[in-house]
Amino acid sequence: MEILNQWAFIGMFFLLAPILPAVPILLAAVISPKKPNAIKQATYECGVETVGDTWVQFKVQYYLYGLIFLIFDVEMVFLFPWALAYKQLDFFAFLAGLLFIFLLSDALVYAWRKKVLEWV
Amino acid sequence: MQCDNIINTLAPCLVQSGWNGDLANFASIFLGVIILATFPLLVTIVLIWFERKFAARIQDRLGPNRVGPFGLLQPFADVIKLLGKEDITPAGADKLIYNIAPVMMVMSVLLIWAVVPLSPIHVGMDLEIGALYIISVASFGTLSVIFASWSSNNKYALLGAFRVVAQLISYEVPLALSLLIPVMLAGSMSLVDITQAQAGMWFIFVAPLSAILFFISSQAETGRAPFDLLEAESELVAGFNIEYSGMKFALFFAGEFMHVFTNGVLMAVLFAGGYIGFGGLENSIPLLGIVFLFLKASVFYMLSLLIRNAIPRVRIDQLMNFNWKFLVPVSIVNVVMMAFLLKVVQALGIAPTPELANDFVANIPQTLVLFAGNVVLGLLVMNTVSSRIRKERLQESANRAIVPMGAGD
Repeated sequence: MEILNQWAFIGMFFLLAPILPAVPILLAAVISPKKPNAIKQATYECGVETVGDTWVQFKVQYYLYGLIFLIFDVEMVFLFPWALAYKQLDFFAFLAGLLFIFLLSDALVYAWRKKVLEWV
Repeated sequence: MQCDNIINTLAPCLVQSGWNGDLANFASIFLGVIILATFPLLVTIVLIWFERKFAARIQDRLGPNRVGPFGLLQPFADVIKLLGKEDITPAGADKLIYNIAPVMMVMSVLLIWAVVPLSPIHVGMDLEIGALYIISVASFGTLSVIFASWSSNNKYALLGAFRVVAQLISYEVPLALSLLIPVMLAGSMSLVDITQAQAGMWFIFVAPLSAILFFISSQAETGRAPFDLLEAESELVAGFNIEYSGMKFALFFAGEFMHVFTNGVLMAVLFAGGYIGFGGLENSIPLLGIVFLFLKASVFYMLSLLIRNAIPRVRIDQLMNFNWKFLVPVSIVNVVMMAFLLKVVQALGIAPTPELANDFVANIPQTLVLFAGNVVLGLLVMNTVSSRIRKERLQESANRAIVPMGAGD
């Protein structure tokens, strides 16, 4: 019951947290003047009309960064339980953690050497 | 009765006065959430004023000083003005996503407050996985910026989106890696336990390097100067929030101001002992805990304001290099070093026993060893970086010496 209460609180927070900032937006929607016209609603550009499609593909470089990030994010999820119990574990835990971290920093070194981290 | 969160205090009282148990639970949770979520929003109103005053002082201006005493009522005047502003949605925008984004921005910061221990008895919810929860919730902010920039259908905003993907994602890595250290030291992911573990010694003395790494990467996560590439005014006009106006625009900024202060609070909780003051005063008068926490938080908050106002914006390649070639390797080495030193300390038998964990003197030997390790690593890193930079500079000047001016034409 206690753990259910915990998550009920978080669940309620997730439901109510968007409502609090939404209130001023809705209030503004009621109060503020609405006089739309084509020029006002045009996409902002430096004085000229916007040309071409905006929703273009991302450059491949960003995907590479995204992939490295993904590796490290997964690494972190695995490291948290290790860190959590670390004080109660013996020295072997350090070696195990070291091996795990080494394998992943290996990936970082590889990416570095392959010039993935060079911004072009 | 032991009261460790809002639910435990209100619900039994309601049941006693004849409420249905589930209804009482629901009411207390509902009320707790409302109070806890409104609190940071109210703090933000003061923060906006403070930040403007602070920036003005640094730039040798007066700042807001017309509305109310010392311009204190300026934020309220701003809100009233913004409520009356027309809300323009660009014709090509993806309306649903466009409207969700500012709400999500504020929400991502509000959600962090659910687990922050404000005082020994004022905790929204003492989640067992608090540290992990913070990281996961904070990525909502990244998502909201991507939503805003992608849905605006604007070229400048799109450039902002590109940079968001690169920057905010990258800086989450050192952020989480440095968050490992307090978890490791406290042996718990709950923020209450982490705070309690610092009763003897603040973690900022035990692990100063992690505190610095956490501070830098959380500064980058807020997307403010010197890391404000996603809204670089001089390059992208306004970046991701360019198409926003009126209240939605204001919410982005409210979210940002709140985020900076929340980072200060997190720094205080994780590294500076949270609500723990001196002489156990916060246990007898819980409200003092909030005061202590906010005092500590405002120190870190002002530090980040100082950084924001004093350091110019970095270039995007410098930004990415700084993260992937400096912060990430250093935080990895830091984790390994801390893990090793903790085992050494345990083997030497100078780690404080669980009974003495809250004693200041018992913590000193361990702290000295870990602090020394941190300093050595810090010096080593700075030395490596500076020698490497010197080499690069020499290389550069040598190249310049070989090719005489105008020889290339």
